[in-house]
Amino acid sequence: MTPPPPRPGRGGAPLPLLLPALAGLVFLVLPLVALLVRAPWRSMPELLTSAEVWQALRLSLVCATAATAVSLVLGVPLAWLLARVEFRGRGLVRALVTLPLVLPPVVGGVALLMALGRNGVVGRWLDSWFGLTLPFTTTGVVIAEAFVAMPFLVISVEGTLRAADPRYEEAATTLGASRFTAFRRVTLPLIAPGVAAGAVLAWARALGEFGATITFAGNFPGRTQTMPLAVYLALQNDPEAAIALSLVLLAVSIAVLAGLRDRWMTAS
Amino acid sequence: MTRSVRRTHRTRRTLQVAGAGAAALLALSACSDSGSDASGKNSAATSSSGKDSTGKLSGEVTVFAAASLKESFTTLGKEFEKAHPGTTVTFSFGGSDALAASITGGAPADVFASASPKTMKVVTDAGDAAGTPATFVRNQLEIATLPGNPDKIASLKDLTRSGLKVVLCDKAVPCGAAARKALDAAGLELTPVSYEEDVKSALNKVVLKEADAAVVYRTDVRAAGDKVEGVDFPESADAVNDYPITLLKGAQRTDTAEAFIALVRSAEGRKVLTGAGFLEP
Repeated sequence: MTPPPPRPGRGGAPLPLLLPALAGLVFLVLPLVALLVRAPWRSMPELLTSAEVWQALRLSLVCATAATAVSLVLGVPLAWLLARVEFRGRGLVRALVTLPLVLPPVVGGVALLMALGRNGVVGRWLDSWFGLTLPFTTTGVVIAEAFVAMPFLVISVEGTLRAADPRYEEAATTLGASRFTAFRRVTLPLIAPGVAAGAVLAWARALGEFGATITFAGNFPGRTQTMPLAVYLALQNDPEAAIALSLVLLAVSIAVLAGLRDRWMTAS
Repeated sequence: MTRSVRRTHRTRRTLQVAGAGAAALLALSACSDSGSDASGKNSAATSSSGKDSTGKLSGEVTVFAAASLKESFTTLGKEFEKAHPGTTVTFSFGGSDALAASITGGAPADVFASASPKTMKVVTDAGDAAGTPATFVRNQLEIATLPGNPDKIASLKDLTRSGLKVVLCDKAVPCGAAARKALDAAGLELTPVSYEEDVKSALNKVVLKEADAAVVYRTDVRAAGDKVEGVDFPESADAVNDYPITLLKGAQRTDTAEAFIALVRSAEGRKVLTGAGFLEP
């Protein structure tokens, strides 16, 4: 068992810790403050009520949510496999699962094109058998986002599973429950907070996804142009619009954090 | 017993929070970083002139150039370095609009060559150009199709056929603005599958066979070799892009930078550029 966490120190913080800590804080907060300072508040209502903005925002929210759903359906079982089943090469599988996490998203997008593009390794069969092409479609956006976001969920859920006591599941199975029933009725409720935390992380990552999306799904308003793409392209010829769009994304992020504050953001 | 259970609970909680924190950190580091690679590559040298005591050119020139200039400028950069030992030419190629935005945003560049007067105007309006930009080449649009032109595309109008996947450049980028001009001149409505962020990514969608056709520059079609096939269309005459080049105010080595611009505008430079498919100014 872990010892109780130490109490916070009484005296003032030592300078060698305090100064870098403050510098770090300023470093993280300053850009966001600058965004607020430079925001074109006067033209804001006009910029934000344009149809394109709402189109991009709606598409972003829908795609990020769909990508999170995909990540949950595939990612939770994957996390369970990694945490609960001993098999050869488990370390390798875990490394492969976490790879998209460190991979530059653009590389992810290129890789997805190679795999699922019209001429891709798998994509060419999808095209010739089902007439299904994924690039340049909203489904393509969801796939790109899920590819980038799912590892966050898997890592988070696997960590929770490892910390959860396996004896409850074992007790359930000795009482006659199948392993799947034990997972569904005992494990899943036990790790629900971890799953929720992972889902939020994945959702946030999907919402901000840029590189893989523009590479794999392209950029078409209403179909594949999500908020980050709209911000990037707006920055080229209309910086004010880019700032306005950025503020919308910032507001959404803050809303998500605020909504979850009580659940898991407060330490201990 | 109760104590132990409570502790287990706390441990789990702590782990959970720690895990979330670590993942959040990774999220930050994995933040998307695509777009133009406008990394500051300025030399540490601080002398304002590019000449050393013997009058020879030296130092590093950083050139921000439109994506369509990639092949010809890379060749010219090598020639320049060979002619002036001790100099290095560093390029950052990308959409002219993105480059202009990073220059006005303070990116350290010595020379800017853009694919349209409009994107150049962003830089001159911001007061970041030294002197007046000069047009050094012009570029014309062409349709890039899959090798062998399996869809039998012969005109701009053919691109509006249903079932055909066409990519255009975003209208913020010169090639996109030019394509729109040509389409307007022809009175055509074209709905592409994607508006790409620069001309090379539009071309590459065809190279990768993800799209059936793209409206790009003649020079891009030529640079792609046999990976695409070019189709000329008469409306492209209505949308010829002037390419201006200028020295920038923030230039560190003005002499060396000016010498590079002189090479681009020389007969030798023109030979390389027209060889790549550019038109004379």
